Amino acid sequence: MPEISIQQSPVPLLQVSGLSLSVGERTLINDIDCVLKKGCRTVVLGPNGAGKSIFLRLLCGLMEPDVGSILWQGQAINSAVRRCLAMVFQHPVLLRRSVAANLNFALGNAGLGAVARRQRVAEGLHLARLQALASQPARLLSGGEQQRLALARALITRPTVLLLDEPTASLDPASVQAVEAIIESAHSQGIKIIFVTHDVGQVRRLADEVLFIHRGTITEQTSVAQFLSSPGSQVASDYLAGRLVL
Amino acid sequence: MPGFTETFGLALQLIFSGSRDLVEIVMLSLQVSISAVLLGCLVGLPLGAWLVVGKFPGRTLLQVLINAFMGLPPVVIGLVVYLALSHSGPFGVLDLLYSATAMVIAQMLLVTPLVAALARQHLDDLYLEYRNLFASLNLSSWQIARALLWDARYSLLTVSLAGFGRAIAEVGAVMIVGGNINHLTRVMTTTIALETSKGDLGLALALGIILISLSVTVNAAVMGLRSSARRLAYA
Ligand SMILES: Nc1ncnc2c1ncn2[C@@H]1O[C@H](COP(=O)(O)OP(=O)(O)OP(=O)(O)O)[C@@H](O)[C@H]1O
Ligand SMILES: [Mg+2]
Repeated sequence: MPEISIQQSPVPLLQVSGLSLSVGERTLINDIDCVLKKGCRTVVLGPNGAGKSIFLRLLCGLMEPDVGSILWQGQAINSAVRRCLAMVFQHPVLLRRSVAANLNFALGNAGLGAVARRQRVAEGLHLARLQALASQPARLLSGGEQQRLALARALITRPTVLLLDEPTASLDPASVQAVEAIIESAHSQGIKIIFVTHDVGQVRRLADEVLFIHRGTITEQTSVAQFLSSPGSQVASDYLAGRLVL
Repeated sequence: MPGFTETFGLALQLIFSGSRDLVEIVMLSLQVSISAVLLGCLVGLPLGAWLVVGKFPGRTLLQVLINAFMGLPPVVIGLVVYLALSHSGPFGVLDLLYSATAMVIAQMLLVTPLVAALARQHLDDLYLEYRNLFASLNLSSWQIARALLWDARYSLLTVSLAGFGRAIAEVGAVMIVGGNINHLTRVMTTTIALETSKGDLGLALALGIILISLSVTVNAAVMGLRSSARRLAYA
């Protein structure tokens, strides 16, 4: 995905068509079509087991669909496209190394010289506000610190798109705020944000557009204000009202 | 035949007087087994990583073979190396039979499958944990293998010590390819076997005590290493 063409391109940032995935008898993703544009923050909502995590994994090429296509800036997922995508998982996967080494590891494919790499690592430490813990083993960090580190590690690869799967689940309010601040700053730098959450407050604070998924299908794609004031389906209003949706 | 107390006294005396023969035997044992383990790790660790990361035809077959070789009795390995190195064998011209080098080769062949198989298990578990991250960073198999080997470093150290345990404790292979020649290829285990059969139990027991202490020390080192690695969350 060449970065130059991203501004004001006629081609949408992401175009998904006819996406389906089944495992055994179960259809996990059922004929999803959607178009996502650059510049707005998209939240993927839906009840537990709706297929949000799988959808995100499909989007960044961690899983292969059975049918359908995913085009980033008009291109199918290849290694150049992958380099522009960064994914943060709900449970951060941290290497058995120091905080700084975890950041450095993500730059393995960035083709940077030693000086530039050190600079990016410092940038990551600053972003995660973990300068004081740079040489600590990453896996000894608290949950919130680990998530900040994972986020910073994703961002120092300078992605065009940041995908986040419940990045603040099980974090305390201060950590949530810290993580949201990092996401916000990424957005203000022009990085496309696509995230999953179950926190309606976070949807208000962080998102512009909602993709609602139910049973592997996108049932609506609207603005946050529209979705929260008048959700387009019974499932969506049940979901928002906290009624169990199956 | 002397009593146990007498033998034990003699053994301790041999150990603490630093008998030259004894020191020579212990040093050769360590030299041979440490070299064999280093070489075995040099081959076995990358092989283990390749089994985890690599996608090639015959991977399962190779895995089965390695697992089978892991349990092979040392005498069989000794026999194979003997045949290869004997004058009529394919490597006969190298004239290595009955040398320390031959013993290193035999023990290396003994240790490599063990190291590879154990390493594969550890690396497999780690890969399961890391694969999402690796995939999202778009790493090559080569980068993944290197990262796995580094991140499993503490477990792999214990793997190599398990290899050392197998090497230093075996008799069959070194006996066949080394020939147990005095001052040349005599190691702890072969000496114990020989001296016991001759009735010279003092030297045999002295070496036995040293082997046991060595084993205890190595295991204590492993435990210490593990717990410090765990404290750092590096294990
Ligand atoms: N590898 C897999 N094989 C088979 N089924 C799977 C697999 N991964 C997920 N599923 C199933 O697919 C469905 C959707 O899973 P997914 O993880 O995408 O849900 P989700 O929307 O992220 O839910 P949550 O809000 O609980 O995270 C679930 O019912 C899950 O059991
Ligand atoms: Mg999920």
